[in-house]
Amino acid sequence: MGNLIATTEISTYHEVEYSFISSLNEAGLLDFEIIDQTTFITTDDLQKLEKMIRMHHELEINIPGIEAIMHLLQRVEQMQDELRTLRNRHRS
Amino acid sequence: MAFIDYYQILGIAKSATDKDVKNAYRKLARKYHPDLNPNDAEANKKFQQLNEANEVLSDPEKRKKYDKYGENWERGEEYEKYTRQQQQQTNSRQSSYAGNSSGFDGFGGDDFSDFFQSMFGQGGGGGSARGRQTKYRGQDLNAELPMELKETAETHKQALTVNGKNIRINIPAGVENGQTIKIAGHGNAGANGGPAGDLFITFVIAEDSHFKRDGNNLFTTVKLDVYTAILGGEVTVETLSGKVKIKVKPETQNGTKVKLKGKGLPFYKKENEVGDLYVTYDIQIPVNLTEKQKSLVEELKTESEKAKV
Repeated sequence: MGNLIATTEISTYHEVEYSFISSLNEAGLLDFEIIDQTTFITTDDLQKLEKMIRMHHELEINIPGIEAIMHLLQRVEQMQDELRTLRNRHRS
Repeated sequence: MAFIDYYQILGIAKSATDKDVKNAYRKLARKYHPDLNPNDAEANKKFQQLNEANEVLSDPEKRKKYDKYGENWERGEEYEKYTRQQQQQTNSRQSSYAGNSSGFDGFGGDDFSDFFQSMFGQGGGGGSARGRQTKYRGQDLNAELPMELKETAETHKQALTVNGKNIRINIPAGVENGQTIKIAGHGNAGANGGPAGDLFITFVIAEDSHFKRDGNNLFTTVKLDVYTAILGGEVTVETLSGKVKIKVKPETQNGTKVKLKGKGLPFYKKENEVGDLYVTYDIQIPVNLTEKQKSLVEELKTESEKAKV
């Protein structure tokens, strides 16, 4: 697990409402660590969060849309992995 | 340098309103955004074009200039001087997005076409500022690392030179051909205090003359003389960790497969779990037999026929 970053810091830096980050957590798209009533995410999840912030800001995609896209992207990645394995098997 | 038709890129008419521009951009950006098209260089290129078109057509000043000079952009120099002065007072807006594993490297002014830069200058990426100086994450770097199959059998360190810096990376045992690992913070340096990008290394594992690989299992073929196949005995098999002798059962058939447990490749990041090596026997029929050998084979054949009856 990577280091922790306070969600308030991310919200200030990216100029997003804390409620947006919190909604991502509620939708199961982002894991929170709560220490002394402060919420954190791991640095491992930072890129994922920034990707979701970009979708929201730049493409005006709402949380249900982001949820659907993240699931589909995960499937795309799985399929790319499978394709790689099959290509390697075909090579053998 | 060719003229770029920004209206055509966004699929709108010259008479399009600001709202039409915005809608067309949003619609196409949702289709080609790099976050939605991982590892797709074509989509990234298309997205850069969309950004450039949007940058011009959504800014009344730039759009006016583009509409006025458009195809005759080379004559727009005077106007350009004026615009540049204006732009000095404008904060530039760029996305904090600055790279991904597919090599997409942001869409700020530097990534705009020569045509754009010629019309609007280097600093032409200005637009709707978000009111602070943005820290840019450095660009991610991609590299390929050629490896031999044998090198994937053990975790080892390898020295690499990236951006003139020597780094030593840990290559876990069991990596697969085409697999990519991320070395955080070893991409290009960030700007304005932003973090460095990441380095993505893709392993290119050469085909091996002895072993074929399927996941963590290895496959090899061993030549077996017909006498050992019939009578049984021992055969030496090459494995990734050296040669081993294995027993051959009497009356072994051609194509028989035996499994050498734990002689395959370790599982990625689970070094205690190791695949197997499958050995297929390829029984060799002797050639250039002497008369005596031929006569003995004849005798064997006669005996075999008698045994059948």
